[in-house]
Amino acid sequence: MLELKNVCKTFSPGTPDEKRALIDISLTVPDGDFVSIIGANGAGKSTLFNAICGSFVIDSGSVYLDGRNVTMTPEHVRARQIGRLFQDPMRGSAPDMSIEENLALAAGEGGWLSRVSAADRQAFRDRLSLLGMGLEDRMRQPVGLLSGGQRQALTLLMATYHPPKVLLLDEHTAALDPGTAEKVLALTRNIVEENKISCLMITHNMQSALDLGNRTLMMDMGRIIYDVTGQERAGLTVADLTDRFRTLSGRALDNDRMLLGVAE
Amino acid sequence: MSIDKILSLAQTAAELGMVNGLTVLSLFLSYSMLNVCDLSTDGCFTLGAAVGALVAIAGLPWLSLPAAMLAGMISGFVTATLQTRMGVQSLLAGIVVNTGLYSVNMALTGNRATLAMNKTPTVFTMAKDLLKNTPLAGQSTLLVMFVITLLVICFLCFFLKTKLGLAIRATGSNADMVRSSSINPTFTTTVGLCVSNALTGLSGCLMAQQQKNFEINMGSGMVTVALASLLIGGVFVAKYRPIPLRAVGAVLGAVVFRLVYALALRFNMPAFMLKAVSAVIVILAISGPYLRKQFPLMLRRFRAAREGGAPDA
Repeated sequence: MLELKNVCKTFSPGTPDEKRALIDISLTVPDGDFVSIIGANGAGKSTLFNAICGSFVIDSGSVYLDGRNVTMTPEHVRARQIGRLFQDPMRGSAPDMSIEENLALAAGEGGWLSRVSAADRQAFRDRLSLLGMGLEDRMRQPVGLLSGGQRQALTLLMATYHPPKVLLLDEHTAALDPGTAEKVLALTRNIVEENKISCLMITHNMQSALDLGNRTLMMDMGRIIYDVTGQERAGLTVADLTDRFRTLSGRALDNDRMLLGVAE
Repeated sequence: MSIDKILSLAQTAAELGMVNGLTVLSLFLSYSMLNVCDLSTDGCFTLGAAVGALVAIAGLPWLSLPAAMLAGMISGFVTATLQTRMGVQSLLAGIVVNTGLYSVNMALTGNRATLAMNKTPTVFTMAKDLLKNTPLAGQSTLLVMFVITLLVICFLCFFLKTKLGLAIRATGSNADMVRSSSINPTFTTTVGLCVSNALTGLSGCLMAQQQKNFEINMGSGMVTVALASLLIGGVFVAKYRPIPLRAVGAVLGAVVFRLVYALALRFNMPAFMLKAVSAVIVILAISGPYLRKQFPLMLRRFRAAREGGAPDA
């Protein structure tokens, strides 16, 4: 279970560039929840993920993972329980190293001086074949030679190699072509359901925000302005969401990409 | 030039090339793998030479090698700590340590700028004694360097395939990914720089013993010479090739560099040109690919300007 209590973060405080990125955010995500997050650019969606991961120290408030206060825990230590995928498929893997070597680091088994064993290799091969991309026959190739979709699929596999408590997806299919995006999304759903991972997914596609998962958050100017689940959410349409945005934020949705999401 | 002369020239080039090759392997680890340009290399090379010379003069030639490596390791640890835990930029950390090492080196040698080792037993003289009256007597230095280089390459190839080695390589390739694999990049950078500087120290130690002389400025410009050798090696063995090949390529680069340098000396190039030559090689190797990409653009700009377009439009 992931819990945020009164989390605040302001960038460049006391300067003309001051930006209140997160304002008093409180949020509880029970195990197995799949939450989609929407909001205009600059609403604080990625900053929220950074706060959860520990990419920076939050100004006030606390973050709990399974009841443990991890507010001051360094990012790389939290990473044992939190997996994260970015929009940029290049961010999740080391391009100069082979698929096998990337997986070995993600698996993180054995001591510092251990090497990739035949058993490890077989385990990687089995996992890779689940992707259905033929990567299991290219394990010695540098990751830099893979396509964006293949790299994102590999990153997904790496982030969930040991199922994390929480998986954060920051528009992880937005940079992929529609076919590949569909495939990566289906993989994501399988892995999340199979391992009962709590999942938060940022998307600009409002339809998929409603189609995927069991709960939707809407963010605006550093706040969660709408949190919907259950019966109410089941009846929602994209038009309802844009209406809701207008009434709750007092502004029209001015984001091209979100509107494109409407058209799709 | 007679065949004999050419052979002896090549042998000296190979010997010195392999001594420098250890510094090149050090940069192979820090520059190519960890993606850190370690500017403390010059000072660390001299540090290794000073420590090695002092231990050898004290009568412990075999101990001089590990002692020089340990000294290098400490220097690497300081550089790494400055850049990972104390907020000093990576390049600056190297420069600062390099400057500080001059005083350290002088202090170690008791304020003497040179240490003569004409009569001092070194690993090379010991090997020579060992191989006396065998057909390899004339190649003892070459043999010692070959064995040491081989050992270092084997170690690096093993090391870079371990989990720690993988993490160090990933730190240079994508530090975000290291963090998300629950590994602290501060730790991997520190270990990487310690190992790399240990090799630089070893290289300096062997250089002083091979030359039978320590000189306080013997490391100056070493980072450029080694970088030039590394980039020459990269011409033989491209990126994305297996690591053992790339490591051998790095040493080969150092030998080729020494060979070209020896030839240039033969054709009356003054010895002081060595550093200019290495600087030019580094510039060519790094900016060459960039300029090659810019050239067609420059042509197009020129043509567009001829057709009346403003050159700065």
